[in-house]
Amino acid sequence: MKQKRKPKLAVWKFASCDGCQLSLLDCEDQLLDVTAEVDIANFPEASRAVAKGPYDLSLVEGSITTPHDAERIHQVRRSSKFLVTIGACATAGGIQALRNFKDVKSFTSLVYASPSYLEVLAKSTPIADHVFVDFQLRGCPINKLQLLEVVNAFLNGRKPNIPGYSVCMECKRKGIICGLVSHGPPCLGPVTQAGCDALCPSYHRGCFGCYGPKETPNTASISEWWMKQGMSDGELLRLFRGFNAYAEAFRKESEAHEE
Amino acid sequence: MDRIEHSVIDSLLQALQSRGYVTIGPTARNGAIVCDEIHSASDLPIGITDEQSPATYRLKSGNNHLSFGYVLSPVSWKRFLVPPVLTLFKAVKTSDGFRITNETSAPDTPPQPRKLAFIGVRPCDLQALTLLDKVFLGDRYTDPYYKAQREQLFLIVVNCTKAGGTCFCGSMGTGPTAKAGYDIALTEMDRKEGAFFLIDSGSEKGAEVMRELDRRKAAPEEILAADEASVRTRASMGRTLETDHLKEILADNPEHPRWDVVAGRCLTCANCTMVCPTCFCSTVEDVTDLTGKNVERVRKWDSCFTMDFSYIHGGSVRATPKSRYRQWVTHKLSSWVDQYGDFGCVGCGRCITWCPVGIDITEEACAIRENHQTVLPHP
Repeated sequence: MKQKRKPKLAVWKFASCDGCQLSLLDCEDQLLDVTAEVDIANFPEASRAVAKGPYDLSLVEGSITTPHDAERIHQVRRSSKFLVTIGACATAGGIQALRNFKDVKSFTSLVYASPSYLEVLAKSTPIADHVFVDFQLRGCPINKLQLLEVVNAFLNGRKPNIPGYSVCMECKRKGIICGLVSHGPPCLGPVTQAGCDALCPSYHRGCFGCYGPKETPNTASISEWWMKQGMSDGELLRLFRGFNAYAEAFRKESEAHEE
Repeated sequence: MDRIEHSVIDSLLQALQSRGYVTIGPTARNGAIVCDEIHSASDLPIGITDEQSPATYRLKSGNNHLSFGYVLSPVSWKRFLVPPVLTLFKAVKTSDGFRITNETSAPDTPPQPRKLAFIGVRPCDLQALTLLDKVFLGDRYTDPYYKAQREQLFLIVVNCTKAGGTCFCGSMGTGPTAKAGYDIALTEMDRKEGAFFLIDSGSEKGAEVMRELDRRKAAPEEILAADEASVRTRASMGRTLETDHLKEILADNPEHPRWDVVAGRCLTCANCTMVCPTCFCSTVEDVTDLTGKNVERVRKWDSCFTMDFSYIHGGSVRATPKSRYRQWVTHKLSSWVDQYGDFGCVGCGRCITWCPVGIDITEEACAIRENHQTVLPHP
């Protein structure tokens, strides 16, 4: 019987820290299983060997911040059967999207001796603003088990088990006592999508919102409640302006607290 | 009704442990009372009380030496009977389908029931177990995991002598004193000369354990004092809920403007359903490994507040927060009565305390009652 061709997997980097694609290398126990099932055709963090496209599955990390990248993402899309964005940069613009709230020139002129050499876009934007995306995997960084689940679902032709509900669901299943209620705010868990297995609350820290807004997030209600508890506009603005600052629900909420 | 001294609690725990029970009771950890394995009376939250109000819970060092001086743990007992995550089976792909592999070979799935003794079940939580029994041990559909674990329980109720800020068991008729359904019932009495317990058995296995304990007959004034404490507790509930015709009022007013008001506050985070001692909904996920040859079916706690919960072909049936909040409240206080003959709410108040924005089910039900559109029968 003829051996079935292994699907080709490619990993692409845009403006990002590489942390999400390294999650793939971090799948130590499962890495051999992954390479047994897919042909890793383009993954510069792992190997300089690059196999030609088209690719069956492209994992795209990073946001679009330069005119060059705004062109390049279209090439990636054209050569990919499925395109999955991974991480807060690719799905929401990342921490570098903080510049979207200011004039980017006010930064480049401060940081670079000759900013005229830079070709940079005014905003850092998610991949889905530029091309069609088949699935978005959230997180800063992504959870490697969720990444495996997405690859796995793709290989087996099924929907990934990646829920859009709150971090609170994971806390409660784990038996973590709600720090928001028992110690006080802030914790973005009730408005943030699950996926990290309630990592910070497991260590008695409030949620930082790394996975971005959950489905039907009510950021206005929780902000109103916290303001009644004495939080200031400035504190709320900084709270929502993290790794997912440019995700719509968090962006609107932080803008509502601008002076 | 008998009396035991505080020091006898260790004998009680030992009597249970010698019968093979793992003793699960309240203990203070990370700023909360949690229910976990306790080995001796010193593990109990001695002298610790809790203060509860909408979206706020704080432990305080009480000015007493009570072991059960707190009101209610955020953790309900359902997690021991309905585990948050349960692998139902594992299977391997075969040429003509699949074969379930874990029936005899894999000892880890599903978990084997353990002999568990629950120490300090509050009367509201006891009623919650009764309600879960109706759900999981029904005539037509029985949950084998629940049934197996339920049969291995030893229930020690501790009646309430203090109501919390979000309690309303008095309105729901579930407390503050348990009437039946326990193996042993305790009432902890605070006295200047030292706390003691009134003890009573509610089953033959409870009576058998009780006979081993150093006890004496309770004096009539001690029993009277316990009765008075119960009356006092009932009168000092932090919340009340008018239940008269509530089932009809909630069922008949799906478009009451109050639903929009509360939907504006609701985070749909599902905390209320997770802490509720009677919420029993779950989802089932099938998980494959990378080869596609091995599969697991996993059951997880789910909530009517998630979009996936009502997802069918074409989208979620309850897409709006309004429809999801309304679904939850009308199930608890209206359609549950049609299904199981009783309210699905026991008045424990956890949903009020643990809602991050302090939404209060009693306040919402009261608001629907005002200006409702239901034609009620004349008394």
